[in-house]
Formats: sequence, C-alpha cells, structure tokens
Amino acid sequence: MGKRVAMEVSIAIAEAVKLARAEVIAAYPITPQTHIVEHLSELVANGELDAEYVTVESEHSAISCCLGSVATGARTFTSTSSQGLALMHEILFIASALRLPVVMVVANRALSAPISIWNDHSDIMAQRDIGWIQTFAENGQEAVDLVLHAFRVAEDRNVMFPMIVNIDGFTLSHVIEPIVLPDQEDVDAFLPPFRPKYKLDPRKPISIGAVGVPEIYFEAKKAQDEAFKNSRRVILRAWKDFATRFGREYHPVETYRMEDAEVGLLIMGSLAETAMTAVDKMREEGKKVGLIRLRLWRPFPTKEFRKAVSGLPVLAVIDRALTPGASGGPVGTEVRSVLYHCARRPRVVNFVAGLGGRDVTVEDFEEMADRAFFYKKKRPKEAYELIGVRES
Amino acid sequence: MGKDQALMSWKDVPFGLYIFEPGNSAQFKTGDWRSMRPELDKEKCVKCGSCYILCPDMCYEADEEGFYQVNLFYCKGCGICAAVCPKGAITMVLEEV
Ligand code: SF4
Ligand code: SF4
Repeated sequence: MGKRVAMEVSIAIAEAVKLARAEVIAAYPITPQTHIVEHLSELVANGELDAEYVTVESEHSAISCCLGSVATGARTFTSTSSQGLALMHEILFIASALRLPVVMVVANRALSAPISIWNDHSDIMAQRDIGWIQTFAENGQEAVDLVLHAFRVAEDRNVMFPMIVNIDGFTLSHVIEPIVLPDQEDVDAFLPPFRPKYKLDPRKPISIGAVGVPEIYFEAKKAQDEAFKNSRRVILRAWKDFATRFGREYHPVETYRMEDAEVGLLIMGSLAETAMTAVDKMREEGKKVGLIRLRLWRPFPTKEFRKAVSGLPVLAVIDRALTPGASGGPVGTEVRSVLYHCARRPRVVNFVAGLGGRDVTVEDFEEMADRAFFYKKKRPKEAYELIGVRES
Repeated sequence: MGKDQALMSWKDVPFGLYIFEPGNSAQFKTGDWRSMRPELDKEKCVKCGSCYILCPDMCYEADEEGFYQVNLFYCKGCGICAAVCPKGAITMVLEEV
C-alpha cells in the first residue's frame, strides 16, 4: 500500500505517469498544465524515469510526435490545455481513427477570446467529437487513479483508442492535496507492458494512415464507431480490477444522496466537491436535493445515466461551457437527447456556470437547486440560464 | 487496394484501415476515369524517353524494341506525354465507352 503524502496535483499526475512507466513524453508547456510536463522532464533528466522526453515547438507537433511514438509500440503520454488542445485538433481525430492509444491529461481552461488562463470546460467540449475516451477527475487522488486507468484501458487490445483524463485547471492542477501514490509493484501488476498487435517495425513493414476512397471511408468509420462503443466493457472491467487492487471504486456515473431526491444536480469535474457541500447543507434544511457526477463522458454511459435519473422529477444540468445559439450547453443537450426516449424522464433544466474561472459557490448551487424546484411546476422559458452573470 | 477490393463490409475492414501488404498501391486502378487515351505512332518515335520520364503516374515502360508503351491500368489521360513528345509521336484520342 502506497503512503499518503501532501502533493500538488500536477506533480502527483507526473508521478503517476512515471509509475505507469511511460516510455515517450512529447509536450509543450501551457498554463495551467505546465507543472505536469515540467516535473516529467525533471524525472527524465534525473534518470528517475527511463523515457524519451521530446521537446517540441508546438502542441500540434507534440501530439503528432505522440502518434508516431505510440505507433511504434511505446507507451506515450502528453498533456495540454485550452489553446494548446485547440491547436492539436486536427491530429486528435487521426489518433482515434488510426487506433493509436496516446494518454493525455487536459488541465481544462477557457478558450480565448477574451484571453483567459482560468478554468472552465470550453476547451474539452470543443473536442467532443474527436473519438477519444474521456474521463473527468474530481480531486487529486482521482486524477492519479484515472491516469493509471487510462493507460490500462487505452492500450487494451480490445480497445486501442486514445484517452483523455480531464482535470480542472488551477482548482485541481495547482492545489496541494493528500494523495496516495500506489507502490510500483502494484501498478505493474495492474498495468501490463504495452504490447500492441500491430506496430511500425522495419522487420515487418505495414502502412498506417492510407487514403480511404469513397468506397471504403464510410465502412472504416462504422468499424471505428463500433469498436469505440465496445470499449465500455474494458473501461468498466478495469475500474473493477482497480477497486480490487487499490480499494478505490470508480463508476461511469456516480450519485450522492440521490435516494428520494426531487432535484438532482448534474456536474462533471472538481466543482462536484462544492456541490456536495451544498447538497449536505440543503438536505439539512429538508430540501430533497442530490448530486450526479458524470465521470465518463465518452463513450457516453447511457445505461448508467438513465438508471441514475429514473424516478427523478427535475434534473439540473450544470455546464461549464457555452455553445452559442444552441439549445443548451454541451452536457445539457446531450442529456436531453439521451432522455428523449424515456417514458418517465425528469424535466431537464440547464445552467451554464463558472466560465473563465468565475467561482461557483455553495450559494450558487443553492440558487440553481432553488430554481430547479421552481421549475418542477413551471416549464423554464429559456433553453439554458447563465449563473452568476452581473445584470447591473 | 483496388477499388473493387475496397467494396467490403465494415466488419471486414482491417484494423485502423492499416495496410499489411507494403506496396499494394500498385494494385490500385487509377486509370478508370480517363476521357482521352495516348496513342503512339512508332514511325515518329525516336525513343528519347521524355514521355517515360514526365508521365506523372509513371505509366510508361519500355518494350523489347525500346518503344515506350503506356499502361492503361494507371493512365489518367492528362495528355502530358503527348505535349512533351518532341516528335509529335503521341496523339490523344477520345476514350470510347
Ligand atoms: S517522348 Fe515521344 S519520341 Fe520520346 S520516347 Fe516518348 S513517344 Fe517516343
Ligand atoms: S496521358 Fe498522362 S497519365 Fe497517361 S500516359 Fe500520358 S502522361 Fe501518363
């Protein structure tokens, strides 16, 4: 059993990558992700991690380098934020279509403009359709555990898809938390070496990344989509195995005080901790409020999600990103669509909160819950409401 | 991969659409949408090899006599060979269906 130490979450993530025995790291520094790769470069320079650290001139090059590296069969890691993730955009689709299981931590940060280094989810929501498996961590321990889980799932021969672990910029990346780093031998037992079935090898040449003429492109995409949906079995199995070995349980959808709840708050990421405090406070006041956390965002855990909200009167979805002119935030629209065919579905009200590092407080969650209670009887006029924006 | 070979069920698509047989692009028929086809007049040809060198699809190959012969499996009918031939030995003729 590893020991519990106080540690900055970014440093802990780098240590988790070391425990995973990453062989290649290619990254470009960008706030608030920098400490992760900075620490990894130190570990490599000090000889504590036997890996190739490739310094590159941009995030576009970083991810391109990662694709080449993982194609040769090397365990590969990168990390970025915001504009850096946006710069990677075109390569991200290639990673998933070519089944190259890079693991990346995204320290979520707002997108420009206005320039903002602070936290929200607009960077990752803009990458919704890249075909990567995506999870969200709520605290430092989860970040460490989800990174180990990501390598195990991504590289599984029945998966072979790249994976992103999302952590909130600053509110997670820069805080010091008590974290248990597992022992190396336990990680080794959980995470076998990366042995892909096919790889770039001069002794047995193959071509990766050929053109897909109209006669085959569609079939290739269908095959990719099916394989992606199938990854959920491995995702769940790996979490189960993780729980057996390390004693910490993870589920695609997690609930808190949802029994008999009349209003459920749904959120992803570190804000769930504040939401929990708010739920406890409201419960003490006799308000029947619960919390639902989405840990797995892609592939969307439809079955588990429907189960979590069954019998619930009102679901308040809190988005951390804005989709201008849409019928809701990205999570809100997704959830509405998932529930459309359910006979007994909760009324979905959608809030957008905490953009560009704006604090979302316990009081804000109380306000959202109160509005949700109000909407139990009355249909909301707007598709989504912004929380905490000054009107005057 | 030949286009006909590409007509497969999604279930048979190779992993990641990888190609396990290097150099199999030679099997890919690029000459299936040509509207004009080059025709050689051996009387005029001096075997200089310009057509062979400048064809963007490398369609030409020398026969036993040293004349450069077009491979219509690949020829797209661009007409470059006819335009560069110093002797006017190549004529582009309409491809009849
Ligand atoms: S370019 Fe003309 S002359 Fe030269 S080899 Fe070809 S056909 Fe003959
Ligand atoms: S027409 Fe174009 S493609 Fe065909 S042989 Fe001549 S140069 Fe090559």
